[in-house]
Amino acid sequence: MTGIGGTPIPHAPGFVANDTPRIVTARFDYEDSYTLERYEATGGYQGLRKALQQTPEEVHSEVRDATLLGRGGAGFPAGVKWGFCPPGVWPRYLVVNGDESEPGTYKDRLLMELDPHQLIEGCLIACYAVGLSQCFLYVRGEMAVAQERVAKALNDAYSAGYIGKNILDTEFSVDIILHWGAGAYVVGEETALIESLEGNRGMPRLKPPYFPAAVGLYGQPTIVNNVETLSNLPWILEHGAEAFTAIGTESSPGTRMVAVSGHVQRPGVYEIVNGTTTFRDLLYSEEMCGGIRNENQLKAFVPGGGSAPWFTPAQLDLPFEGSQIGPEGSMLGSGAIIVMDETTDIPAAALTLTKFYAHESCGKCVPCREGGPWLEQILRRIVDGLGTPRDLDLLFEVGETICPGDFPHAAVPSRGIEAVPFPYRMTTICFVGPSAFAPIHSALTLFREEFEEKVAGNKNRTMIEVAVDV
Amino acid sequence: MNFFSEENLEHAKVIIRRYPKPRSAMIPLLHLAQEQSGWISNDAMVEIAELLGTTSAEVLGTCSFYEMFKRRPVGKYVVNICTTMSCALLGAGELMEHAERRLGVKSGGTTADGMFTIEGAECQAACTEAPCLQVNYRHRYRVTPDQFDSIVDELSSTDHDVPDHGVLSQVRQHIPEDRFVGTAPPEDVTSAPVWMHEQGSDQ
Amino acid sequence: MNHPLDCPVCDKGGECPLQDQTMAYGPGESRFVEEKRHYEKPIPISDLVDLDRERCILCDRCTRFADEIAGDPLIQFTERGSSTQVLTFPDEPFSSYFSGNTVQICPVGALTAAPYRFKARPWDLEQVESTCTTCSVGCRVAVESSRNQLVRYLGVDVESVNHGWLCDKGRFDYEAVNSDDRLVTPLVRDDHDQYQLLGTDWGSALARAAEAIKQAGPQRVGIIGGSRLTNEDAYAWAKLARAVIGTDNVDAQLGDGLPADVVLGLPTATIADACEADTVLIVGPDLKEELPILHLRLRVAATKGQTKVIEIGPIATGAEPYAQRSIRCRSGEAAKTLMALLESDDPLGDQLRDGSVVAVLGRASMAESATPALEVASVIRDRLPHATFLPALRRGNVRGALDMGLAPGILPGRTTIDDPSESLINRWQTLPEKAGLDTTAMLQAAATGELDTLILLGADPLRDFPDRNLAIDAFRQAKTVIAIDNFVTESVSHADVVMPSTAYGEQGGTTTNIEGRVSRLAQKITPPGSTREDWMIAAELAWRLGGDLGVGSREEIWCEIEQVAPSHAGVTIERICGPEGHEGILIQGSSIKPTLATPQEPPVVDGYGLRLVSGRKLWDAGTGVSHSPSLRHLAEEPTLKVHPGDLQRLGVSSGTAVRVISTRTTETLLAVADATILRGTAVLPFNQPGGGANRFIDATALVNDIRIETL
Ligand SMILES: Cc1cc2nc3c(=O)[nH]c(=O)nc-3n(C[C@H](O)[C@H](O)[C@H](O)COP(=O)(O)O)c2cc1C
Ligand code: SF4
Ligand code: FES
Repeated sequence: MTGIGGTPIPHAPGFVANDTPRIVTARFDYEDSYTLERYEATGGYQGLRKALQQTPEEVHSEVRDATLLGRGGAGFPAGVKWGFCPPGVWPRYLVVNGDESEPGTYKDRLLMELDPHQLIEGCLIACYAVGLSQCFLYVRGEMAVAQERVAKALNDAYSAGYIGKNILDTEFSVDIILHWGAGAYVVGEETALIESLEGNRGMPRLKPPYFPAAVGLYGQPTIVNNVETLSNLPWILEHGAEAFTAIGTESSPGTRMVAVSGHVQRPGVYEIVNGTTTFRDLLYSEEMCGGIRNENQLKAFVPGGGSAPWFTPAQLDLPFEGSQIGPEGSMLGSGAIIVMDETTDIPAAALTLTKFYAHESCGKCVPCREGGPWLEQILRRIVDGLGTPRDLDLLFEVGETICPGDFPHAAVPSRGIEAVPFPYRMTTICFVGPSAFAPIHSALTLFREEFEEKVAGNKNRTMIEVAVDV
Repeated sequence: MNFFSEENLEHAKVIIRRYPKPRSAMIPLLHLAQEQSGWISNDAMVEIAELLGTTSAEVLGTCSFYEMFKRRPVGKYVVNICTTMSCALLGAGELMEHAERRLGVKSGGTTADGMFTIEGAECQAACTEAPCLQVNYRHRYRVTPDQFDSIVDELSSTDHDVPDHGVLSQVRQHIPEDRFVGTAPPEDVTSAPVWMHEQGSDQ
Repeated sequence: MNHPLDCPVCDKGGECPLQDQTMAYGPGESRFVEEKRHYEKPIPISDLVDLDRERCILCDRCTRFADEIAGDPLIQFTERGSSTQVLTFPDEPFSSYFSGNTVQICPVGALTAAPYRFKARPWDLEQVESTCTTCSVGCRVAVESSRNQLVRYLGVDVESVNHGWLCDKGRFDYEAVNSDDRLVTPLVRDDHDQYQLLGTDWGSALARAAEAIKQAGPQRVGIIGGSRLTNEDAYAWAKLARAVIGTDNVDAQLGDGLPADVVLGLPTATIADACEADTVLIVGPDLKEELPILHLRLRVAATKGQTKVIEIGPIATGAEPYAQRSIRCRSGEAAKTLMALLESDDPLGDQLRDGSVVAVLGRASMAESATPALEVASVIRDRLPHATFLPALRRGNVRGALDMGLAPGILPGRTTIDDPSESLINRWQTLPEKAGLDTTAMLQAAATGELDTLILLGADPLRDFPDRNLAIDAFRQAKTVIAIDNFVTESVSHADVVMPSTAYGEQGGTTTNIEGRVSRLAQKITPPGSTREDWMIAAELAWRLGGDLGVGSREEIWCEIEQVAPSHAGVTIERICGPEGHEGILIQGSSIKPTLATPQEPPVVDGYGLRLVSGRKLWDAGTGVSHSPSLRHLAEEPTLKVHPGDLQRLGVSSGTAVRVISTRTTETLLAVADATILRGTAVLPFNQPGGGANRFIDATALVNDIRIETL
């Protein structure tokens, strides 16, 4: 297994090699991993060549057989999603989601900075298989170096005949256009991404239709895939679906990239085997994170990006397998684990996440636009020692307007609390609204005593007093 | 009302040509405007509206949605200190306090000499390297207060490779004319791309 | 939670869904103790609309309306999340002809109409459903009054006509009805001082009018106007003219429309037909300026892809942004251009031949005669026989006036004087023998002393007739000018006998829109002073002339119309007032055969000349706008727009005063370069404060050319 972390080098952190299967990070060992020369020297563009020898349908089947789960968050199989394009409707577009902004997530940027050609090859394979006539590579605005590396890679690949007219002297012709984001988390949501690409405010579209594959960019069928998802395609085409499914489990094959941040000995990005690796393996094994820092105790961790309900040490033995995580009350999301040790001020930690989602609301849904900032304000006064016991209920009341009914959370065996399975019900279009509530709900459910401690001194404060102080 | 320099105007037209509909070039053109002057003025928005065939209000609507677009002048170096969870757990708060003290401005402010603007920012996709910051969107990892000071010193000297605010990417995409497939408005495309026909497949 | 608690001073208080929700479901006290959002209150976003961002709930209705319906995306969401706010771009106000609709659809009091702000509380308002008669589209409106003053119009959502929308002129020109400038007593010219009009009583005014009519004799009386009138009023006047006075010199149009036989005789289309047709061919005025809601309907249909719009005309119109093709041609050459298109191998030709076509037909310019439009009609009849027509006519109830026979040679019910219905002859008993004169011919006759008495039915020929000089001559030579009007217009001020009539909202009855759709008008307020309804004035005059119209109320008149007008048979008052009447009742069919003109070559413009094109603007110097305090200042002074190349050729720099010479006059105007103007063309709006194009136009010419010279 590979850890990427440790000493920083300019513009990209270094990484450490290991000997477990490496599908998307294989080239990270080379200092010039992002160049065309290195890419070609290490089997680059072989998957594309193989694909072009097959019919588009055959390529599509190969990907469908690989059960390549989307790595953007929702975990939907790419091959199946591609099949949702309505027949006979042209043109179709590919939009690459490189807007990586979910708190804790750090993998797409590495893939773009360290192996842009792999991503480009993946895009080409997808375009060929589904008949996508143009590809837009939407890179998060705040990633200047990724922009540069991708731009250079595109320029080189154009010159070398991999992109553009008559690719590798076949009938296959497609442009890949580098597009820049400009700083808005919600644009990672696929319909917001499309709005943004149309030059609009990046606000998610009302659903249904649920998949842009049916109605997407300019109302046309559009495939939106994550950077990591697409980066898997060259390997799958080169080695075949069978080799891919041989890794991991049947329902979650292959590997996936996971970023572990927070209070571990060795934070970093790891390519792990999907489906079988457990959180304990990841956090405690010597070749990976090496345990909690300073030999502290683990208090809690966020298993799948800032939006995910939290886990405690009781869930450490769960594997990276969506079908097992959901019933336990959370999700795998974007492959980001944030670790909190015993020293963590839980309400303050929750506040950093709620603040994030409140700030990033696009403003379309009232519960998110108004509820997020309100939750943040209530939580802030609790953290600042100005909250009242009534505020703890108010947090749930406001949360209830965003997510009515039971909200998923982990079990706390010590207190006899049972897990409520994922997902939740929501009154908003996208997950930003619920995500503002998720950390509060987890923190307050799993660590209520910490909140009570903070408000204990304010039992008799009236709302007026609170208002004056705030 | 000529905001864009001749060279940038040419480049703007090249960018617009890459999209099936001109309006899609709105964000790239706003970046180009910001690259030219470090921030986005009303004049810039008016000209972008003209280039894209929208109203200026539509450009403002899009521009103001995105945090990277500054509608007031900012410092030559915009220092974004991540304050989201992973960084917060590892000392982002202290880093911010230190930065404010060192530069003598509050978060959101610009130093009197116009060199630095500091901002609290959201997760920068470098969470494993917390606490981190960006200078004009170029990452610095695991920044201690001491390191912050040396970053400031480095930027105050001339010996560094961070471009001025607005220059997002020092490498531009360039599509050779003979390789450019080109694009058409979606309503003008009615049939499958050739390679799909070729394979007799019209799924 | 962030919404301010300023309901007591909010225009919306009492009809606010947010207030209702809060009353129904909210607790007595807010749980939100934090500081609310604060913004400057209110800011004007246009001349007519104010925005209070604190009250805005960001529902997106106004911004979507501006973008998707009006096509003026000048208000936008700005910023993000909880900082989102609706704004305009600095120094670019929301100047849309449709801005008032955003006030109507704003669910809270964030957008308020400047003319209505603080004028009334919703619970004091009384409302009736009526029809707008500002232009001939005939939008359905809810008229609201408080303390016997009109205070607000709201668009009513009818599928066939306006979908709930109104243009700002129609929405706000109620101010004119309330105006202190209204004419409220009869006036007569002072026998001792020719320049004075003196107040008088109805008896004297009517006696004087009757005397003038009698003395002139039937052939020397002419009646101009009538499109301001209701159908019933128009019928009464048509009957008065033919059966009592004995003249057929009647014309509701002011030399700016199409001959009545063409309007009534061509196969007609509805607005809905146009919106569903494969192609809409517009050859006529700028619909955005003159028939705004027709423009809006076509725009929405075209942008949704339900129809394709092709326009042929001399100037850039409001249709250009949504048209499939805008074909520019010189004024007078539309038929030639259409013919060329149909004969070329342009795919548009096949599109027109193979699909359904609705032609919106009118006069593209006030400076051209009706002939170019008739030529176009003849090409369409010839080459595209499947096409149907929607006439683009000017002024409120013009279609109703024509249906009621206020046109030479035309009798009520879309029949001609040569072929009257039997029931009409029974009722009217006498009819003039042959067709009379239209407005142009009447003015010519008056100018040459062949007509003694001119009756103006809410018409202002000095301002509205294309040829001011002809109108002046006619006024000079006519022995008596009798005017019936709401205001002292320029023409009224030159009349000898003036009778004040009731205005919109002060009378009931029916009106007919361009489609031929009859709908109800409602009386909402009591008329001021001693104003009388137009039909009553006709009845009084009839009596004084020794005749009898035989009707004593609007209802009786409609019953008679229903019996004598063949096209209106079966359209009873019960039906009009019943549920069917909500959409209005469409009256189709006609027995008239139109006379069309065969295309001819228009005269060539000489090297120094420019072909004059003149259209109306929504904000003009007409009575509705100029007597509405909120609208008056929106009308701009006229400038002569010319292509920069032409200006350069003539050695004129843009923005300078030039001498403008036509066959009629030489005057000084400001010339402005405008690259959208066709070369060899000069554009001057028709009726703006400070003058317009009518001074330069010769109404008898096919087209009008001007020359410009530096001073
Ligand atoms: C609020 C929100 C933010 C998201 N952000 C991202 C993101 O930054 N990157 C990403 O790839 N997917 C993101 N997604 C998921 C995308 O909507 C989409 O599911 C994904 O790009 C599909 O690609 P995949 O099927 O390859 O995973 C986000 C979803 C939501 C609701
Ligand atoms: S949930 Fe929030 S971010 Fe998502 S669409 Fe609604 S308002 Fe926008
Ligand atoms: S939390 Fe700081 S980079 Fe992600």
